[in-house]
Amino acid sequence: MKFPESWLRTLVDPKLSTKELATTLTMAGIEVETLEPVAPPFTKVVVAKVLEVAKHPNADKLTLCQVDVGEARPLSIVCGAPNVKAGMKVPCALVGAELAGGMKIKQAKVRGTESNGMLCSARELGLSDDHSGILALSDDAAIGEDFRKHAHLDDHLFTLKLTPNRGDCLSLLGIAREVSHLTGAALCEPENRSVRNEIDGVRAIRLANPEGCPRYCGRIIRGVNARAATPAWMIERLERAGLRSISAIVDVTNYVMLEIGQPLHAFDDARLEGAVIVRWAKPGEKLVLINGKEHLLEPDILMIADERKALALAGIMGGLESEISLDTTDVFLEAAFFSPGAIAGRPRRLNMTSDASYRFERGVDPDVTVRAMERATELIVELCGGRAGPIGEARDVAHLPARKPVTLRTSRAAKILGVRLGDEDIARILGQLAFSFERQADGFSVKPPSYRFDIEIEEDLVEEVARVHGYDNIPTRPPTAVTELLPQPEEQRTLWQLKHILCDREYFEVINYSFVDRAWEADFAGNADPILLENPIAEQMGVMRSTLIGGLVATLRYNLARKVDRVRVFESGRAFLRTSAAPDERRSDQAVKGYDQPRRIAGLACGLALEEQWGEKARAVDFFDVKGDVEALIAPQRPEFVKAAHPALHPGRSARIELAGKPVGWIGEVHPRWQQQYELPTPPVVFELDLEPLISVGLPQYKEVSRFPSVVRDLAIVVDETAPARALLGALFAEGPPIVQDVKLFDLYRGPGVEKGRKSLAFRVVMQDTARTLTDAEVDAAMARLTEILASRYGAKLRS
Amino acid sequence: MQDLDKIVAEAAAAFDAVNDAAALEQAKARYLGKQGALTELLKGLGKLAPDARRDAGARINAAKDRIEAALAERRQALARTRLDARLAEESLDVTLPGRGLARGGLHPASRTLERIERLFRSIGFDVADGPEIETDFHNFTALNTPEDHPARSMHDTFYVKGDAVPPLLLRTHTSPIQIRYMQAHVARHKNSPTMPEIRIIAPGRVYRVDSDATHSPMFHQVEGLWIGEDVSFADLKGVLTDFLQKFYEDDTVRTRFRPSFFPFTEPSAEVDMTCVFCHGAGCRVCSQTGWLEVAGSGQVHPNVLRHCDVDPERYIGFAFGMGPDRMTMLRYGINDLRLFYEGDLRFLQQFI
Repeated sequence: MKFPESWLRTLVDPKLSTKELATTLTMAGIEVETLEPVAPPFTKVVVAKVLEVAKHPNADKLTLCQVDVGEARPLSIVCGAPNVKAGMKVPCALVGAELAGGMKIKQAKVRGTESNGMLCSARELGLSDDHSGILALSDDAAIGEDFRKHAHLDDHLFTLKLTPNRGDCLSLLGIAREVSHLTGAALCEPENRSVRNEIDGVRAIRLANPEGCPRYCGRIIRGVNARAATPAWMIERLERAGLRSISAIVDVTNYVMLEIGQPLHAFDDARLEGAVIVRWAKPGEKLVLINGKEHLLEPDILMIADERKALALAGIMGGLESEISLDTTDVFLEAAFFSPGAIAGRPRRLNMTSDASYRFERGVDPDVTVRAMERATELIVELCGGRAGPIGEARDVAHLPARKPVTLRTSRAAKILGVRLGDEDIARILGQLAFSFERQADGFSVKPPSYRFDIEIEEDLVEEVARVHGYDNIPTRPPTAVTELLPQPEEQRTLWQLKHILCDREYFEVINYSFVDRAWEADFAGNADPILLENPIAEQMGVMRSTLIGGLVATLRYNLARKVDRVRVFESGRAFLRTSAAPDERRSDQAVKGYDQPRRIAGLACGLALEEQWGEKARAVDFFDVKGDVEALIAPQRPEFVKAAHPALHPGRSARIELAGKPVGWIGEVHPRWQQQYELPTPPVVFELDLEPLISVGLPQYKEVSRFPSVVRDLAIVVDETAPARALLGALFAEGPPIVQDVKLFDLYRGPGVEKGRKSLAFRVVMQDTARTLTDAEVDAAMARLTEILASRYGAKLRS
Repeated sequence: MQDLDKIVAEAAAAFDAVNDAAALEQAKARYLGKQGALTELLKGLGKLAPDARRDAGARINAAKDRIEAALAERRQALARTRLDARLAEESLDVTLPGRGLARGGLHPASRTLERIERLFRSIGFDVADGPEIETDFHNFTALNTPEDHPARSMHDTFYVKGDAVPPLLLRTHTSPIQIRYMQAHVARHKNSPTMPEIRIIAPGRVYRVDSDATHSPMFHQVEGLWIGEDVSFADLKGVLTDFLQKFYEDDTVRTRFRPSFFPFTEPSAEVDMTCVFCHGAGCRVCSQTGWLEVAGSGQVHPNVLRHCDVDPERYIGFAFGMGPDRMTMLRYGINDLRLFYEGDLRFLQQFI
């Protein structure tokens, strides 16, 4: 809602400065989003008349004008505008004037000719961007008058950001009423005159569906001149309220809507056949609207129709056929109350919001219908002539919104607000708001006025009380902590702890969009049937991700393109998967049927293993670097890495990560195919893990530390290349004698001395007993047992 | 016996003259060894009378002590020199950069979220979470925003293609977590005579069809909810004011609560805080108003409580929602929201 301050001040004129008025509105919940002067400041610009226009002696594109500025003698002014003509009236900046951009007008010589001022374009005065020529003023402008005064430029534009509950403030009258309530300043309502009925014609009105339209007024005005000019004062107000002048009759309907809040519609009466009927659309019904488009209507759209055809979408938009034109002589003027529920949602669905629908959706005062009709008739007859008939009205009282009394308990208000308010305080506030009320045992029974659609329950009244009392005057009570400590489950880690582990291992956190390019889903998840968005913001953000890998690869590409080639990033966020499984009962607070939305944590590393440095041989990050990071992230749990294929990953360099036999994620080098397709100079290593299995870590359980010395022996064997190291280690642990406390793989060798297809592994075995010192014989026996395990299970031979 | 002083002096001089441990041992042998000068003198003692022998013996032993002292001193001096030499040799250019692991860092928005969680935990708020593909019921209806409510046009919603009626959507705010949490809370405590208070914050990603320098189609919100038997608007003002002062570590931060409208709160308030840059004087950041809009809030609407089976006559409380992305921008002086979602390491590396 946008309007000039001067218009509001004609209806209510509190003793407040412009700024104070804006603050008063804002602090009462009528937020003034912007407050701007109609025109930037400038001085010494007057209305002038161009008397003569001659060619400039030294320049083809300039003219030398004689200009009457209301002084004894005309001024000589050089002008470059193409539209300057003798006889026209223009704004003229006099010598000494200061214009919007700070430009000062001096007496000057332009190409050798003296110039004593400047004829101004709209842009030079900061009125608009129009710089095509000087601003032409109306012929009746008074020469010599200060231009600011002439054009009413010492005014401010208020733009309100109205919340949907305050439809009552979508008019100047409504805002003025609010200002009057808040400040106590008197409300000067526009005069409410009835136009004399000069003709008899009445069109019958039928409310076929009164639940959608319980009140409809129509009036015929015959013999209007639709070509009449709209007066300048009305155009100015409309424009400053953000509406374009169209034609006198349309302008009047818009003007009354802005003034009183009642949208009106003018039909060409000659196009109407028989009674006007308000009804729901019929199945398959179509209508060409004033925007020229034909719409197929659904049966929950409220229509204005006559006995033969559809005329308009009630409260939303008129039809083309019955639209008034410049040749219209007889007008059928409509002022109706359409129920908010009959309009709400339709404009958005039809993609057709209008000033009228915006108001009807939020609720138009059902008591101003006739008044608005009278006001519009008065203005039409005044501007366009014509003779008005009586107002025809159809009404269904049962369906008109009834303002039911709402109970307001003083104790409840005090409890909700945390402020001591007595009955008298509340009575005063209700009175100030012009709400009628009766006192009850603990408070009031309040009957809100017809225009306040938003007062339905006690809390609505509590808000009104708080609003007028002033939110600032409600105490600020410092928080009190609970007296009981919050549980701190030690067996669980927070997401933050996990994130910090990765940060400590040189990963930077990124946050990527949850909607991604469909190609990423195909490439990195093998997902040919992704979850699609109905209305994505862009094609490449059209599907919900089922893996975080695509986003990480994109992050890598983004940084590579900016010459950052060592990239270590991670992200935590949800992945989105279809599921046919029933939602988990225990997590009902998380479940949405048909969709699994697991939290994940994923990372990518590419480029040098260590940041560019002097102390170590440079090498690229590899699978095992990232595997170490993953192990650190999962510790103290010990995952299994099972060789397996994944669409995003190199089939020989990828593993499924399992915890207690359950898959929890993946790690691997990006598949060479994607490395090439996504133009990555080196293959990044990525991992992606479900978050929930990482949260639970258990409590540490103490095991006795032996006071007897440990014995360390090495075991070097040769096995087939295909024997997985993890399996050998597992066998040593699982099947070795109990004195074996720890086995670590400390060397892997292939090359001279070891046959092709075989590899040498060296293990360091730590043996210890908690009760005694081990004997050499026991140790030798244990080592022999370990060798035998590897020999029998994996064909391992001792390395000679 | 004047020879003794001379021998001591000679020995001291000989020790001083050598520069390494081996030479020092050779010099020692010349005086204290089997054929050493003092040893020779001691050998001669047997020829003296008992009294003279005792006297001469004592003097020779005194001389021996002096020589040994000189020797020890020289040994130490040599050791010191050796150590000094080694230290000099081993000295490093300590200004060379440390080897290996630098640190990564949290995304700045995460820093903010972690801080917010910690601050609210300190007054007993738990952290809740919920799904991002959400039902129409949780995102709108249960929040007192039925279909066709004009407030729905305040949210430009992303819808998920599918058969669901009404269609599933990407949550437009973190408020549905309120609903899910309250429902679960009520179910957990349905058999106890009193329901424990609800104090939660719910941070997360939310989605709206909007994209420019100040709007991202995905951004973060933090929802807060405190429901109890006596949790009023005055508490709301207190908690948010205290929070903003603690978050920005500035006791001069003031707040302003303005009446507003959200379908799920009544009364509702927009929360403004004094601009962190100009402290209320007016600057470019706050569009010369001195105020920054930082949160929407209000007392939870009774219909919302009813949707969760909470008796609004018995339990009341407040909810608020704020934008941690903007809070992050204000705190670290970031001027473009798009940086948050580009993954530019040159940006991220500034937040270690």
